[in-house]
Amino acid sequence: MKGKSLIDVLHEIQEANPENYVPEDLALRVSETFKTSPSKVYGVLTFYTMFSAKPRGKHIVRVCRSLSCHLAEGEKIVRKLKEELGIDFGETTEDKEFTLEESSCLGMCSVAPSMMIDDVPFGNLKEEDIPLIIKKVREGAL
Amino acid sequence: MKIYRIHALICAGAQCLAAGGNGFEDALKEELKKHDLTEEVNIVETGCMGSCQLGPLMVVYPEGVIYTKVKPDDAKEIVEEHFLKGRPVKRLLWKQEEKQFPTLNDVPFFAKQTKIVLRNCGIINPEDITEYIAQGGYEALAKAITEMTREDVIKVVKDSGLRGRGGAGFPTGLKWELAYKQNSDTKYIICNADEGDPGAYMDRSVLEGDPHSVLEGMAIAGYAVGAQKGYIYIRAEYPLAIKRLEIAIKQARASGLLGKNILGTNFSFDIELRMGAGAFVCGEETALINSIEGKRGEPRKKPPFPVEKGVFGKPTVINNVETLANIPVIIEKGASFFRKFGTEKSPGTKVFALAGKVNITGLVEVPLGTSLRTIVFDIGGGIPEGHTFKAAQTGGPSGGVIPAEHLDVPMDYENLPQLGTIMGSGGLIIMDETSCMVDVAKFFLKFTVDESCGKCTPCREGTRQMLNILEKITTGNGTMEDLDRLERLGNIIKLTSLCGLGQTAPNPVLSTLRYFRDEYIAHIKDKRCPSNVCSMKGEKNERKVLNRRLA
Repeated sequence: MKGKSLIDVLHEIQEANPENYVPEDLALRVSETFKTSPSKVYGVLTFYTMFSAKPRGKHIVRVCRSLSCHLAEGEKIVRKLKEELGIDFGETTEDKEFTLEESSCLGMCSVAPSMMIDDVPFGNLKEEDIPLIIKKVREGAL
Repeated sequence: MKIYRIHALICAGAQCLAAGGNGFEDALKEELKKHDLTEEVNIVETGCMGSCQLGPLMVVYPEGVIYTKVKPDDAKEIVEEHFLKGRPVKRLLWKQEEKQFPTLNDVPFFAKQTKIVLRNCGIINPEDITEYIAQGGYEALAKAITEMTREDVIKVVKDSGLRGRGGAGFPTGLKWELAYKQNSDTKYIICNADEGDPGAYMDRSVLEGDPHSVLEGMAIAGYAVGAQKGYIYIRAEYPLAIKRLEIAIKQARASGLLGKNILGTNFSFDIELRMGAGAFVCGEETALINSIEGKRGEPRKKPPFPVEKGVFGKPTVINNVETLANIPVIIEKGASFFRKFGTEKSPGTKVFALAGKVNITGLVEVPLGTSLRTIVFDIGGGIPEGHTFKAAQTGGPSGGVIPAEHLDVPMDYENLPQLGTIMGSGGLIIMDETSCMVDVAKFFLKFTVDESCGKCTPCREGTRQMLNILEKITTGNGTMEDLDRLERLGNIIKLTSLCGLGQTAPNPVLSTLRYFRDEYIAHIKDKRCPSNVCSMKGEKNERKVLNRRLA
């Protein structure tokens, strides 16, 4: 634990968790370890958009909503993703495979519209690409 | 050392990977094996080459032939024709206005740039420290700690006139001097790599393509101000940059260029990574300090400034990635070399992330003071056919727009504020007549409302009210009084917000009101969106299909 900040530890817990979140019991242990109150840990957990206090899907789909992606008709991709996955932002598919989230900018403006699934970037997206990519990820071919 | 007949540089920047670069590389390797060429052709995975839109990219040396949009199916032809028979594959060359460009140096996009910050990006393998060293890397650090006093280093940086590239443009040498003068045994250097401005990605490209230049810059800063430790605060959205930084730090430590007694001197300095977790406000330096300490990323009151009381209450220098990447060049070649580029008050170069409705998007490094016209038309190849330049948005959600009548403005720290915008971190989003300026302003306001940390009232409540008014206008329910309200509210928020995020949040609205007031009025009086973007039907605004995709 030495040299690590509370945020580092929360990252590690979330990464190790198959449901991509920080469970309450571990958050409480973190507060004990850092000699701080549970509310402080909860405060950190909810301040940062990449942390989740509730279970999420196996894969996190982060679609970019920056102006560059907006100008390249990124909204179409957003709609298609919602349609394909059958969920809205912040929701998880019933099979617990995917959680859909939005990012303010993924820094991939030259290949807009773009998204990331877990750590893998996707660019120059067209609507027809979405079902294909989702299928590949489901099959574990990422 | 092994000598190869051909070096094939494949861009492994995030955007080329996003465009499918991995598949091509695998196919190329397969073809090389088939033709027994693996001993003759060296494949190097480099960082970003800059013209990301035409990715995946490959440059083949010794000729410098550049191939664009390569696909796995192209590998066979490249190997058989080019590598075996010496005939470049014409159909994959860079094309522009019906012209083909045989080599990298012929392409105007590259030929018109001046690369200081991006000097090694796309040229070296970022995961191999020896390639950085072969390019003269770490010589500046060696020079600083063995031949120069701390005061000398600060003087050179001050003389160079380098200004912070993160947005505010504060003189870097002065910041270092202020930290140097602090009486404290413990000081810190922080590299701000929380690049969050929508539209800006130069920091990511530097970290992915040339991570050692930033480590070297930080170590020099550490020597100058008397710090023993540095943190790189990087956003978690950049996994590839994080990976390359981790490798770079490890290699630098193993080579004795970071850690205890660097190069046998009594100077010790080490660097740790700290990951963000998705909060734009953490790019603000005091919020960043809180985040490094593991707290909520809410800004603190200034003064005290970070140079007096920063991370863990100790004097702290916070420099942006691009700023730090300039440092080794300034130390090695001197202040007067750096001053050869740019203007008197804004020396050096700036990397812009050219995006939006322009023919070639990507990273562009030019001397400060270069005109917007040069960047958009000479380097970016102009606006796609049949469309006209309407405005350029600079500085992301903190900046404003530059309309067509100011296309000749020199892009520097003096001229942009006069037009009501800022340099910011260098995001440059080009818009044509199909973009609605009210929609753009609303877009950024939405961003700020989402990202406002909520600590101070003007930013938290004020931006929300401004957004409400913009919603009214873009759905056809606005009134002329709303325009005055927007301006009054915007000015109050600017004056009274706690940190830079709130103080600049109204800029996109105020700036579009200044140059495109007629568009606002058309929305209000004629209940019509001149660019056909806003629905104007009192329902949630959805973008129309009219806008053509970028080619």
